[in-house]
Order: sequence, then structure tokens, then C-alpha cells
Amino acid sequence: MDKFRMIFQFFQSNQESFMNGICGIMALASTQMYSAFDFNCPCLPHYNLAYGLGILLVPPFILFLLGFVLNNNISMLAEEWRRPRGRRGKDAAVLRYMCCSMAQRAMIAPVVWLAVTLLDGKCITCAFCTSVPLESLGNASHPHLSQGEVQRVLARIPCKEIYNGQQLIANEVAVRYLRCISQALGWCFVLLMTTLAFLVRSLRPCFSQAAFLKSRYWSHYIDIERKLFDETCAEHARSFAKVCIQQFFEGMSTDLEAARHHLPRKAPADAGEAAEKLLGITDQGTMNMALKSWHRCKPPLHLHPPAQPTGNGWAGEGKPPTHPSAPQKETAAYYSWV
Amino acid sequence: MDRFRMIFQYFQSNSESVMNGICGLLALASVKMYTSLDFSCPCLPQYNMAYGLGIMFVPPIILFLCGLILNRQALVMLEEWRRPAGRRKKDPAVIRYMCSSIMQRAMVAPVVWIIVTLLDGKCLICAFSGSMDPQKFVGFANVSTEQVQQLLAKVPCKDDELMRNSMSRKAVSRYLRCCSQALGWSILLILIIAAFLARWLRPCFNQATLLQARHWSNYIDIEQKIFEETCCEHSRLFAHKCILHFFESMQQEIRLHRFSLPREGEEAEGGEGPLQGITDQDQVNKLLKTWYYEKPPLDVSQAHQR
Repeated sequence: MDKFRMIFQFFQSNQESFMNGICGIMALASTQMYSAFDFNCPCLPHYNLAYGLGILLVPPFILFLLGFVLNNNISMLAEEWRRPRGRRGKDAAVLRYMCCSMAQRAMIAPVVWLAVTLLDGKCITCAFCTSVPLESLGNASHPHLSQGEVQRVLARIPCKEIYNGQQLIANEVAVRYLRCISQALGWCFVLLMTTLAFLVRSLRPCFSQAAFLKSRYWSHYIDIERKLFDETCAEHARSFAKVCIQQFFEGMSTDLEAARHHLPRKAPADAGEAAEKLLGITDQGTMNMALKSWHRCKPPLHLHPPAQPTGNGWAGEGKPPTHPSAPQKETAAYYSWV
Repeated sequence: MDRFRMIFQYFQSNSESVMNGICGLLALASVKMYTSLDFSCPCLPQYNMAYGLGIMFVPPIILFLCGLILNRQALVMLEEWRRPAGRRKKDPAVIRYMCSSIMQRAMVAPVVWIIVTLLDGKCLICAFSGSMDPQKFVGFANVSTEQVQQLLAKVPCKDDELMRNSMSRKAVSRYLRCCSQALGWSILLILIIAAFLARWLRPCFNQATLLQARHWSNYIDIEQKIFEETCCEHSRLFAHKCILHFFESMQQEIRLHRFSLPREGEEAEGGEGPLQGITDQDQVNKLLKTWYYEKPPLDVSQAHQR
């Protein structure tokens, strides 16, 4: 039991810190991904907007889904949501709590990506370079250029090497303007998110503390119960397998005794522990037969109670009568994966 | 008991140091954020001041809120503040103490940001270059009013073609940076003197009240942690009992449905040992199916009475 206790305390105390760690790693991964990503604005009128907004919005969505996928508790939430009611009621508040806490953690990496993207400025520069206000920043009344051509020229603003509109609007002026707007948006976004997080965290104790404590307790309980059940099943499977295998070897050795009826059985009086462990299989031929039998004809998943001690060593009388609810199964390869 | 004692001591000694650590990390993060930020002044007359002052004041607000969010004690203080009085009185001195210590820690990172910004100077140059008096600088003295605003707004941009080699730009820039650094150092000096005086003079006033407030604020913090720890322990034991009870009730059901006579050895065997009387593939399958379709009720009182 002590081992269980240690393991579960580890899980419980570290569950939150483990999930926070994953959160932090994903946030770092998103900044790393952004800096490693080779941003290549197409510098064409309609493609710029699609590319810029795509880079701004698609990776956060992917990171959000990834945040859910990497969270172990998602399967727990789904299980609790879909299970039949049975003898235990379902509490919607607990499900909501689990969902909220998972969603909050999954939101961190996308928010980091959006913030880094906006503060860097390349995406907004690429997406909105065709919407720069020419009247205030450049020469709106430039002759010889139709609207479409102006758009084409402006679309090349992010690509300094091929920009040919210095008379229309200076490249640095436009880039500075767009980057300023982008950074302002970025800081406002971060401020908004931080204020929301602060409000969510600080208003909770003011309004629904008791309900919160209840939901938190029961969501931890469900988690622990599931882990404990898995552990118990694993222990059970281990004992089941041990007894099954032991009964298999005992069965083999009684079969061999029955076959070797002309040889007297050696009295195990002076056998000792090693001989006991040999389970009556003491030569190559017998061992090979045991192994072949294990492969060709695995024992049924049905344990007999321990044989009653009888005088002549025959286990025949101790065998239980077969009962209808568990017929002998001769399955060749079945493993009870609990 | 020993384990509990070790845990208490750990929490006691490390609550303050954990919070100080978070404070320090946020301060370092603010410096790092500033150095990695690509400061690009728009160099346009109306936008400069908004951008410069925005960069100087919005991130400190964000850092302050982050400092409050990441501080566990803030939550404890709020709970203590909002809880119904019940059978335990509320002490406003304790709440005030907790509030002030939380605020002090949360203010460190914003102050670091503001000081780093001022000492670097770029923000102030960007924000106030348009407010300079053009008569003081040779290059801007004889220019028309609109043009001078445009030119002054371009001072923060060294690489602008108009400003590249302008002496007056360098003069304005130097002047503003000097003012900015003077302001930065002054603020730093004032804050350090204030902190020094506060710490040094505190024992002269209300030391006993302070000791009490500090003790009870630590107590509330530890009590909260222990309550959570006890709830975890309890839920673990509850789950354990619930599952054992479930296995036993499954075993009883199996026994009820068996047609053969109970064998001698079985009564003693059932319920003890890890197999819990479940010794068959079908029985295991039935157990797992029942676990999913009919989870046991959250009630282990019968298990206690056995």
C-alpha cells in the first residue's frame, strides 16, 4: 500500500505542475517555431492578405488542438461525459470545471504565438501593406498609375529588394507605420488577455468559492479513481497470470506423472526450495513439451481453487466440477488486457 | 506524522522564497522582453507620442497583472477577504499585510521595465522629439512650422534619408537621451531610498502588530495548502475504498449467480488476496463492463460497517 500511496501522491502533487510544465513547453515551442519559421511574403496584391492572416491565425488553431491532444485528462473528461448514469449521478459542474481548466491551459500557446507575431510585425506588414494611407504618408496624387498598379506597387512593400515605389511612398515610412500599428495591436491584445486572466482568477473567490471547491475535489477524485482502478486491475491481472501459469505448470507435472506411471515419483522430502521452483519439470524433454504446450494449447482463463492435499499426489479429486457459467476455453492466444 | 511535519516545514520555509523567485524571474523576463523587442518608432507627428508612451506604460501594467496572477498568495488573500465570517473572525490587519506584501512583489517587474526603458532612452526620444523647441537647435531654427514638426518627428529614425547625417538630429537625440537617463537614475535612487527607509524604520512602528499580522498571514497560507493536501489524501482513500467495495460487491454477485455448490476452500479464499475471488475471463469482463456502465455510487459507508 505504501507504494501505491507514494505513487499517487506523486501523481496528485505533480499533476498540476506537470500540466503547467507542458503548457510552458508548448509556449516556448511556439516562440521557437515562429523564430525558426522562414516568413516569405508573396508581395502580390491578393495573396498578401491571405498569407499574412493565414500565418497569423492558422498555427494558433493548431497549437490549441495540440494543447488538448497532449492533455491526458481529455480522455477522462470524455469518459465521464459519455458514461451511462448507472448508480452514480453526473455533476455538470464538475464537467464544466474540467473543460474550463483544460481549455485555459490549451489557450496559452496560441496566445503566445499571436502576441509574438503581432509584436514582430511581419505578418501585419505583409497582410495590410496595400491599405497604407497614401494621403498622409506619401504621394497620393501620383500620375500615370491606375488603382491596380498602385495596389501592385504597394504589395511589394515587404519585399525591399524589388520595391519600386519610392516616389509613391518611401519604403521605410510604410514599414515603420505598419509595424507601429502591429505592435500597438500586439500590446493591446496581450493587455486584454492578461486582464481577462486576472479577472477570471480574482473574481472566482468572490462569487463561487464553495462550488469551485466542490468541483475541484470531485474532478481530482475522478482522476485518482481512474488511476487507482487501472492499478488495481493491473495488480489483479498480475496475480491472475501468476496463478494461471502456476496451475499450468502443475497441470503439466501431474500429466507427466500420469504418463510416467512406471517411474516412482521421487519423494520431495529433501527437495528444498530450488526443487519446488522446478515444478516437477526436470529435464530437457519435459521442458520442451511444456513450452510446446504453452504455445499450442494455452490454458483457459479460468483458475481452479488450490487443490486439496491427498495421499497419492493425484489432483484428480481436487478438480472442481465445471460449471455452466465458465466453459473450458481452448483459446490459443488471448491476453486479458485490463 | 513525520511526513506531515516535513511537508509543513517545506511549505513554511519555501512559500516566501517561491514568491521571491517568481518576482525575480518576472523582473528578468521584463529585461529580456525589452531587449528582444524591436523598437521601431513610427516617426510620424501624431503617432510618436502614443507609441513612445504606450511602450513605456502598457507593458508595466501587463507585468503587474502577471505578478498578481502568478502569486498564489493573492488568491489566498482574496478568499480570506471574501469569506463569510462564520465562526472565525476576520482580521483586517492581516488582510492589509498580505495585500501590501503582494503589491510590493508585483511592483518589482513593472518598475524594472520603466527604469530600463528610461535608461535606454529610445522611448522618450520617440515620444518627445516632436515637443522640442526648434529654436534651440540650429538645423530646425529657420524652418516653417509644419515642416519642423515633420522633421522633429523623424529625429528618432537614424536611418531616414533626411536625417541620416543631420547634426541637429544628433543634438536633439542626445538631449532627450540625457533627460531620459537623468529621470531614470533619479527614479531608481528615490525608490531605493524609499525601500531602505521603509525597511529600516519599520521596527520603530507597530512591530508587535506586524509580527502578529505576518504570523497569521503565514498561517492562512499554510492552512490552505494543508487543506488541499488533506482533500487529496481523502479523495485517494475514498477512491480506494470505493474500488474495493466495488470488487467485493462484484464477487458477491458472481457468487449469487453460480449454480454449483460452494466448495470448501472457496469461502476462505474469496475476498482475500489480490484476486478478490475473480478468477475467470468472463468474470473479469463482467467486472470491467459493470465499471463502465454502472459506476458504483459515491458512498462507502457500507464498506465501513463491514
